[in-house]
Amino acid sequence: MSAATLPDSGQRAERARDAGLAERVFRIRESGIVAVLVIFVAVTTIIKPRFLDVSNIQFVLVDTSTFALLALGQTLVVISRNVDLSVGSVVGLSAYLSASLFADHPGIPIPVVFLAGLGIGLACGIANGIMVAVGRVPSLVVTLATLYIIRGIDILIVGGNEVDASSLPDAFINIPKDTVVGIPVIAIAVAVVIAIGAYYLRTYRSGRDLYAIGSNPDAARLAGLPVGRRVLVAFAVSGGIAGVAGVLWASQFPTINSTAGTGYELQVVSAVVVGGVAIFGGSGTATGAALGALLLTTINSALYVLGISSFWDQAIWGFLLLVAIALDQTITERLTSALRSRKPRSRTAGPRHPGPKTSGSGKPGLTSSPSSTGTRHA
Amino acid sequence: MRNLSERPLTERLRPAHFQSVLRWETGLAVVVAGILIIGSAASPQFLTGNNLFNLGLSNGEIAIMTLPMALIIISGEIDLSVASILGMSSALLGYLWNRGWPMPAIFAFVAVVGLAAGAVNGLLVTRLRLPSLAVTIGTLALYRGIATIILGPNTVSTFPAGYTDLGINAVPFTGNDMTWSTLIFIVLAIIFGVVLHATPLGRSVYAMGASQEAAQFAGIRVKRIKTGLFMLSGFICALAGVLWTFRLDTAVQNNGLGLELSVVAIVLLAGVSIFGGKGSIIGVVLAVLAFAGIQNALLLTNFNQEATGIVTGALLLASVFLPTAGRLFRRLSHS
Repeated sequence: MSAATLPDSGQRAERARDAGLAERVFRIRESGIVAVLVIFVAVTTIIKPRFLDVSNIQFVLVDTSTFALLALGQTLVVISRNVDLSVGSVVGLSAYLSASLFADHPGIPIPVVFLAGLGIGLACGIANGIMVAVGRVPSLVVTLATLYIIRGIDILIVGGNEVDASSLPDAFINIPKDTVVGIPVIAIAVAVVIAIGAYYLRTYRSGRDLYAIGSNPDAARLAGLPVGRRVLVAFAVSGGIAGVAGVLWASQFPTINSTAGTGYELQVVSAVVVGGVAIFGGSGTATGAALGALLLTTINSALYVLGISSFWDQAIWGFLLLVAIALDQTITERLTSALRSRKPRSRTAGPRHPGPKTSGSGKPGLTSSPSSTGTRHA
Repeated sequence: MRNLSERPLTERLRPAHFQSVLRWETGLAVVVAGILIIGSAASPQFLTGNNLFNLGLSNGEIAIMTLPMALIIISGEIDLSVASILGMSSALLGYLWNRGWPMPAIFAFVAVVGLAAGAVNGLLVTRLRLPSLAVTIGTLALYRGIATIILGPNTVSTFPAGYTDLGINAVPFTGNDMTWSTLIFIVLAIIFGVVLHATPLGRSVYAMGASQEAAQFAGIRVKRIKTGLFMLSGFICALAGVLWTFRLDTAVQNNGLGLELSVVAIVLLAGVSIFGGKGSIIGVVLAVLAFAGIQNALLLTNFNQEATGIVTGALLLASVFLPTAGRLFRRLSHS
């Protein structure tokens, strides 16, 4: 980027204002999730006060943790206009292998097992990333294939076996139960990771690059961004996170067999989309995705406490997801027209580092005809 | 006006499109032939009528669902809610039968619900301009949720034998080799093939998949046709739900859980481009044969049956990488 392309100060101020507008919209979007969350919690608590019992809150937080962690990894991938459907299979593979590490090598230190899970996940994620970034084939197809392949490998390894919680060390099984001043340790750890992720996406150049790539992969490539490398890293992070989530999964469930984590990928994508991350990339935040995961888990728990049969869970999830997508589309369209009316000179400005606002202007055309541009290759 | 703007597009599309499709189909045909040879070499039972019958039995519903999915993906969209519509119609069938409805009335009602479910998908995608990937993940949960609300933990398996026989018996005069679902698949494949490849409607499906805007400017009613495709998919998945229920003699809320990804995998394996605008029904038929053949061959050779996903996944990867590799090779040999 040469100095010649730098905008003059007037344009810069204008852009700062626009970025402010986009920022506000995101905040409104996130506070929308928080509002729905508060309403759910308030109504449930009025009817059944035990919903806000310490034990129930702890339960919800622990349940959310793994889910929100996976949502973070998926957020990186989705922002870059890709999708990772293999996470459920990676969770399953890592869960079984880490549990059997304990069973086969009693006394193995817990951190080593977490590292092993991380390694398994990273390997899967890097494989996905290389195929998508270097092979330039659509991530939907690649990760659909690796969903089957990784699950198949899992089934071949596991066979009909299962690892029972009784063969795992107590310290490991107690991970979900450990608390600091009443807050589950696992939730604190996940919150820290999400905070780091959110800070990275907001502040770091490579984080901003993901938004630029998701907004317009071709433009990002022409602008000299290392598109392949960024996408590869996004998939590697998503895979690594899924590997760690698999170890956490093993600590939470009484038995681990070859079906662990089956079908989890679509739930994670749901949480990310409910959290305001656009499915065709370019906009969304890590905090939003985590809030999406928290909301979906809270709804499940609320229905349970209210004594409404859990058979209603899925229908409500689906309905909420549709509402969230429709809402996002409306917001995006409003934001786009607001930015257009404010910025008549935007065509000549040549944004140096596209912020979230470019996602607004790039999206409606893409969502209505993703194939017309043929840019989902990235 | 319409002719003027449409002709260049179709003319531009046709040669390249047919070339690449034929090449991919040839490859698939070779794969199918290979499976037949390896399968019959590995097990003498592979090519017996009885085995072919079982093959059709266990893959019939998936096969039927691939046809509307192919059209939807060619038109540039995707429908992940297919297995949930199957589950919903199965649950509805069981519920209404338990309440004493006559079977023809249930069929009519299930068909209407299938059409309505597809219409919801289609209208959300075309009228609200929402991405179909996200919409149908939402309705995947919603329709499966409705199935769960309708039946809860219950199982209905009190269907009269006259109907459940349809699920497991052979079509008369076919020498006990052809299931009803296979027959339905063949008939539907012919209809879909003719409509897609030989009518203006079919050509417009390709056109909108190649470029929605161009298709719109060419006067093609993109929104109406896409909504129609989603409704068709809903209807056919409802039909698949009825067949599934009668085959297993069981209506339960999780019938067909997770099948959507298998259906998508088969359609992509068929050489249908995920970006739309490319693919053929012959490819889909061959991909169904390859998919069913692999599962069956592995079943007969003592391979862990549940791990056949490895082969499906590998073929799926091949389907996206081989064309890329071929293009690269041609470019290298030209220069």
